[in-house]
Amino acid sequence: MAQAAAVAKPPAPPRRRRASATPRRLPYLLIAPAALLMLGFIAYPVVSVFYYSLQHYNPTKPWRNGYAGLDNFVRVFTDDPQFWDTLTFSAKWVFVEVGLQLLFGLALALIVNQTFVGRGLGRAMVFSPWAVSGVLTSAIWVLLYNSQTGLTRYLADLGIGSYGTSWLSDTSTVFPAAVVADLWRGVPFFAILILADLQSVSKDLYEAAEVDGAGRLQQFWHITLPHLKDAIVLSTLLRAVWEFNNVDLLYTLTGGGPAGETTTLPLYIANTSVDAHNFGYASALTTVAFVILLFCSMVYLRLSKFGGASK
Amino acid sequence: MITEEATQAAPAPVRATPEPPRPATRHRAWDEVPRWHVYLPLSVYLVFTLVPFYWIVLFALRPAGSTSLVPWPVTFDHFEKVWTERSFGTYFQNSVLVGLCTLVLTTLVALAGGYALARFDFKVKRGFLLALLCSQFVPGALLLVPLFEIFAKLQLINSLGSVILAETVFQLPLSMILLSNFIKNVPYSLEEAAWVDGCNRLTAFRIVVLPLLRPGLIAVGSFAFVHSWNHFLFALMFLNNQDKQTIPVGLNTLMSADSVDLGALAAGGIIAAVPVVLVFAFIQKWLITGFSAGAVKG
Repeated sequence: MAQAAAVAKPPAPPRRRRASATPRRLPYLLIAPAALLMLGFIAYPVVSVFYYSLQHYNPTKPWRNGYAGLDNFVRVFTDDPQFWDTLTFSAKWVFVEVGLQLLFGLALALIVNQTFVGRGLGRAMVFSPWAVSGVLTSAIWVLLYNSQTGLTRYLADLGIGSYGTSWLSDTSTVFPAAVVADLWRGVPFFAILILADLQSVSKDLYEAAEVDGAGRLQQFWHITLPHLKDAIVLSTLLRAVWEFNNVDLLYTLTGGGPAGETTTLPLYIANTSVDAHNFGYASALTTVAFVILLFCSMVYLRLSKFGGASK
Repeated sequence: MITEEATQAAPAPVRATPEPPRPATRHRAWDEVPRWHVYLPLSVYLVFTLVPFYWIVLFALRPAGSTSLVPWPVTFDHFEKVWTERSFGTYFQNSVLVGLCTLVLTTLVALAGGYALARFDFKVKRGFLLALLCSQFVPGALLLVPLFEIFAKLQLINSLGSVILAETVFQLPLSMILLSNFIKNVPYSLEEAAWVDGCNRLTAFRIVVLPLLRPGLIAVGSFAFVHSWNHFLFALMFLNNQDKQTIPVGLNTLMSADSVDLGALAAGGIIAAVPVVLVFAFIQKWLITGFSAGAVKG
């Protein structure tokens, strides 16, 4: 009956035609708003950054403005120790943050993927810092690290450490202090993404492994991890780009200090363009940062053979 | 228990005793990891997560100068001070306005674009997708100067419009990819069936597809809101008037004062946190499904 009905139904061809009658222009109309916004506020600024990077452009020194050729780039690579310092710090920051966030995020996802009493509440609580902003994170950790009323004071009361320690103004402690603050906010991102991906691992695989006598560690190594691989590659990449570019936390927590100890390349660029008004040079720095970022991402995707296993 | 007795009673003479533990271990190995393997690390992590939250609540509620570790007696002086003297009332309104406008704009534009990506093959599609991906590498923070110039030309400096536009633009690429994956999961035949019944494309989309997109819309909308609520740099750069600024800028002002008023900072922080915590509590259960259905794989 059903078959007969399907065969006997002639409206199929006109329906097709009707579906494809509008589409000619429709997809373009639909992506037009997004495309225009991105052209105007991403593509155009990017092009103008490339353009300015070849110019001397400083509104406070208009007499020097004009075509600069590769001068700015030559200066970046040969005559700017701050570029290398901040680039090294950025690399260190991204590497440490992303590595630790992935490690803790993975562990956390595996834990809250178990069934246990209070799981919903537990998940909500451990994930909650995800929603907190960089500035608010700074505010919270400024309170915690404060030398008079912060955690150190109470630890000192208990005989741990000494009074008056300010972790954020000491060059030897500021890096770990900032790392911990950013970890607090960053771990849930990985935990949420990995937990989401864990939902699609087939239970049968574990049961089969169980029958073959594989232990939990082996199961994790041979089933869970390969399954998560693409999600891990993609989330670490997105996160690395994000950690590289994001300035909210360090800007408000340490301001790049003490003594420039925690200045990332983007912070340095922001200072160069906003405070020093040296737009031309800042644009050259931006271009270099962009190229480095793109190059590292390509290498990372190639090395990790992204998507290779699953396709 | 009953099954164990049953197997032991069953006629499996010598092997009977080593046999039963098997299903027991199998069951335990994945479904039932020892309780303390879950609770111990979870509690340690919870302490790390919750102590900072407790700390800010403590500072916001205890009187200035107190060193007590319990917020008692409770005072709301800090909140009053921040809300009126430090203009957090105004900042709050501005942040809500920016958040809601970004939410609506991002969702609408991403929905249209996502639908085109999910349902049509068109010439520039591959290029467009590539552009979406590439845009992820473009740091908004590094485009501040050209963006400032554009907004200056559009007369939008010192207007919330600049922040709304900038936030929307940087939210769009991921939102669009996410929504197009959600739309792909809705069978095209459902829409076609609605056309046969005489609906036009828009009505069919509204009646058939839109209700099924709820998790995706909630995910995208709440990301847009939370991001723009939290984002700091655009507001810092494009808004100079105090009465136009947003909460994160207000917090930064409190923090960068010469002598930081810790109570006020804590109270301001809580005002900043409340809306996102509410949004988070609301979307939490959608988050996991939203990501697994729409994100990465598709």
